Amino acid sequence: MLKLENISFTVPCATGGRTILQGMNLDVPEGKIVVVTGPNGGGKSTLAKLIAGIETPTSGRILLDGADITAKSITERSRLGIGYAFQQPVRFKGVRVLDLLRLAAKKPLDVDEACKYLAAVGLCAQDYVEREVNSSLSGGELKRIEIATVFAKASKVSIFDEPEAGIDLWSFQSLIAVFKEMRHEIKGGSIMIISHQERILNIADEIVVLKDGGIFKQGPRAAVLPMLVGTPLAVGGCPKGGQGRSGKC
Amino acid sequence: MLNLDNVQKALLKELTGVADFLKGAFNVRANGASALRQSTDSIRIVPKKDCEGFDIFIAPETEGERVHIPVVMTKSGMKETVYNDFHIGEGADIAIVAGCGIHNCGGDDSQHDGVHRFWIGKDAKVKYVEKHVGAGDGKGRRILNPVTEVHQEEGSVLEMEMTQIRGVDDTTRTTTADLAAGARLVVRERLLTGGKERALSAYTVNLDGKGASADIVSRGVAQGESFQRLDVRIVGNAPCTGHTECDSIIMDKGRIVAVPALEANDTDAALVHEAAIGKIAGDQLVKLMTLGLTEQEAETEIINGFLK
Repeated sequence: MLKLENISFTVPCATGGRTILQGMNLDVPEGKIVVVTGPNGGGKSTLAKLIAGIETPTSGRILLDGADITAKSITERSRLGIGYAFQQPVRFKGVRVLDLLRLAAKKPLDVDEACKYLAAVGLCAQDYVEREVNSSLSGGELKRIEIATVFAKASKVSIFDEPEAGIDLWSFQSLIAVFKEMRHEIKGGSIMIISHQERILNIADEIVVLKDGGIFKQGPRAAVLPMLVGTPLAVGGCPKGGQGRSGKC
Repeated sequence: MLNLDNVQKALLKELTGVADFLKGAFNVRANGASALRQSTDSIRIVPKKDCEGFDIFIAPETEGERVHIPVVMTKSGMKETVYNDFHIGEGADIAIVAGCGIHNCGGDDSQHDGVHRFWIGKDAKVKYVEKHVGAGDGKGRRILNPVTEVHQEEGSVLEMEMTQIRGVDDTTRTTTADLAAGARLVVRERLLTGGKERALSAYTVNLDGKGASADIVSRGVAQGESFQRLDVRIVGNAPCTGHTECDSIIMDKGRIVAVPALEANDTDAALVHEAAIGKIAGDQLVKLMTLGLTEQEAETEIINGFLK
């Protein structure tokens, strides 16, 4: 479904350029959950942004259902079927939770329909649909609403950048249930999750380990996970609420 | 319905937002004259004798009624000052819908200066909605200079919603209020300017009585080469609470000056101000683009939400 061919990404800096990703190849098969892990600075968030179109690769191609989308804008990729959940969700003054869900779903949503997406992320729809996506929401609430918008968008490929960060008041089990429900609801849709959490790695069909700008390991969960358990790559290599270093030089 | 032309009717519809306002008390002013007027048992609209305008008397304990006083101007070159005084009886609970629509297709400036004065009785609750609409492709400017003067007695509540979304070339809005004990004033101002439009808005709110409170929130968007200036001054003369928030987005070559000011003359006056000016955050645009909106659509959605 989603294919990355020989993707490289370099950011300019004082010493000439810093390579974040180098000659990377990756397949995200239809209907599968792929979890990407790896040490901080390994290029995980950059990878997500390259797929969403927020960053442009220095070289290589990105294919969706066989079509080259490398030159497509963020908007075009979204319309073709790429969904992307921010690691640090954005706040909007005046824009309500219902507005965001409606924009994501591309149709008018009533409270009952919005409820489905909000309930999936453990929020009571009646309390939240009319609320503004502003600083009155906690980081955890915002994160869950971010996940709900990507669920509502129902993309061919949904990408989540560290979805567990900041949801400490909500159980991991519930988060994992969202991904399972998404897989059930979005027929044939693929999910790519960037995470270090062993509990998320546990629901992966495939695990990809990124290191030093390339793929260090890749394969079915059963083959890759045993090598990661007990290492920072499977228990939380990033401090709570921390961020990767994508794009920074 | 009224003896109005189609342009006037269209402006009227935009100002009132409701089709059935003719059921209650109202005065429609069109091109400098009262086109139609109606009082009710509890709301009397009486023309002033010494100047243009009306005294509007709302009987004590009047509940659930609305007063509409829209103004429409379609004649290029008209200039007028109109005085409307609202006398709101104790314990009344009513809504007042005002507003001015100017359609200027000519080469001369059209100007409406509305002076609204409110005497709000004890424990009365008033919702005041004012909308400014400008249209027409003439070279003459559309000018509106509203003056609002508010006197609130004990325990009264006034909620003011003021909206001006493009089309008015020049506005100077002046609002003053004094509040007795336990009175509350809530203001929500929304302003979008474009082209070379200029909008100035100045508030002075005196919290004179114990427990009086004010919450003044203004949101503005300046596009094109437009200019906005907002001055909000809250004066605490008693144990009271005051909050003002000036929040603005600048785009293109727009300019905005926000000057919140607090003056405390009592040690138990708790006054807070917030002010922020900035462009639309890149992350906000990117988030909406990842949902499939174009950059332009995302910008519109963000501005519409901000000014909602």
